Amino acid sequence: MQGVSAVYRKELSDHFSSYRFVILFALIAMVSFITSYMAGIHLKESLQGVAKPTFVFLMLFNTTGALFSMVQFVAFFGPLIGIVLGFDAINRERGDGTLIKIVSQPIYRDSVINGKFLAGVTTITIMLVSIVLVISGIGLILLGVVPGVEEVWRLFIYVLISIFYVSFWLGLAILFSIFFRSIATSALAAVALWIFLSFFVSLGASVLADVIAPVDTQGDVSTNAAIKNIRVKQFISLFSPMSLYTNASATIIDPMRKTTNALVLMGPMEKISAGRFENPLPLGQSVIVVFPYIVILISLTLVCFAISYLVFMIQEIRT
Amino acid sequence: MEGDKVIETFDLTKVYPNQTAVNKLSFSVKEGEVFGLLGPNGAGKSTTLLMLLGLCQPSGGSARVCGLDPVRRAREVKRQVGYLPENVGFYQDMDAVQSLAYIADLNGMESNGAKEKIDEVLNLVDLSEDRFKKVGVYSRGMKQRLGIAEVLIKNPKVMFFDEPTLGLDPEGALKLTGLIRSLNKERKISVLISSHHLEHVQKISHSVGIMIKGRMVATGSIDTLAKEKFGLGDKEYSLEEIYMKYFQEV
Repeated sequence: MQGVSAVYRKELSDHFSSYRFVILFALIAMVSFITSYMAGIHLKESLQGVAKPTFVFLMLFNTTGALFSMVQFVAFFGPLIGIVLGFDAINRERGDGTLIKIVSQPIYRDSVINGKFLAGVTTITIMLVSIVLVISGIGLILLGVVPGVEEVWRLFIYVLISIFYVSFWLGLAILFSIFFRSIATSALAAVALWIFLSFFVSLGASVLADVIAPVDTQGDVSTNAAIKNIRVKQFISLFSPMSLYTNASATIIDPMRKTTNALVLMGPMEKISAGRFENPLPLGQSVIVVFPYIVILISLTLVCFAISYLVFMIQEIRT
Repeated sequence: MEGDKVIETFDLTKVYPNQTAVNKLSFSVKEGEVFGLLGPNGAGKSTTLLMLLGLCQPSGGSARVCGLDPVRRAREVKRQVGYLPENVGFYQDMDAVQSLAYIADLNGMESNGAKEKIDEVLNLVDLSEDRFKKVGVYSRGMKQRLGIAEVLIKNPKVMFFDEPTLGLDPEGALKLTGLIRSLNKERKISVLISSHHLEHVQKISHSVGIMIKGRMVATGSIDTLAKEKFGLGDKEYSLEEIYMKYFQEV
């Protein structure tokens, strides 16, 4: 463990003293500040003269104020945090000739990537936690509402899911930095994959769904065909970490959402049941609904890390 | 176990998909000795050093470093062996003290003990005055000496140098070889030095090995090699003449 903690300390201090981190943090802090402020103002206006709904505090995070909500913002730009923190982790050291020096010290070779990954995760955690705290502070001032215990728990779980989501991209970026000798290539590859998985998979999902299970738009739309179409679409979009994350976090942040299914996919009884119980879902039930998504997200992160580990252990250390 | 032999190899072999880098290499280095591993570029010298450190798996044969097998006990070997790679790199925005502190940390040294040790090795390599300068502004010679300081900080029993004088001006090279010699004499550190700068090696080596195309073609002290090739005579042969003779034969 001695090697891991040494690498961890060094990487962490590197992160915090780098311009890269300062710029990234400033950008994200600014955007989340603005979105939550907009959301707060919007909420305040629409709540005027209305009985206060439950969980009003959480609405700060998922109300679309101006352009997008906080949750959407992290879903879109969270990957960038992970990529920026990890895309040159190994290949820069390889290029500078420092990697061989480090691995010729009495440490296990995997200590290098373990330390780097953990330092990245710590940086991500600090970033996300502080941003959520800042937004909560703004919310307290703007709305004058104190969050309840359950809201705090939900926020906590939301931050946890977000950390896993961003860590997945960190793991992927580190993997690319091991695969590719050139820093520019690994950065480009990571960004390309981010754009592909976040934007094109959802587009591709509807195209593919129309091919596999076409819905006849001319004549009567049969319910079965429509359901099949949506099933296929949802299955394909599960390949995108972004939709995993959006599904998971939306249900945690919004207790009124009881399922991640589309309305069309609900059976008649499910619709009745959903309609009958208009109360928010208890926290435990929300977690159960999103549990599969969280598990997939965590396992994706682990798979990524395991591949990095394997490749790095057998790779020639010499440039 | 092996008596006074600090490095020993038995038919050490490394095969890459399209070439054999090291071919059945057998040699040994005695404790307290400076051994010069000579050969042209691509002879397999660096690969040999990496295999001895456990950073690269041999395809065949075996080795003992300080009595340990570097394949199975790489971490223990690396605790006792200091390695200065060819073209060693540094973190450009750290100063000498920070670089050394990181290496000390990786070696599991306590930060209090490390501080004294850092002062000591910086004095030894004559970098005390530049200790708080960023490594990015160091000259090549200074970087090489900082590299040696990083190796020394773990109190090694054996030191490996891969082309240490490459790219240094005559003065820098002289300073460096002098440093290596004094480390060997005063601290009793055994040294394995790979180089194709024959005149530098001749000055400091007790014995040499000539490696060509992955094979060790000759080992022994410079005098013995001269006798072997040129017979007995009054004339003193330089290492270069001996080396060229071997090289032409292969």
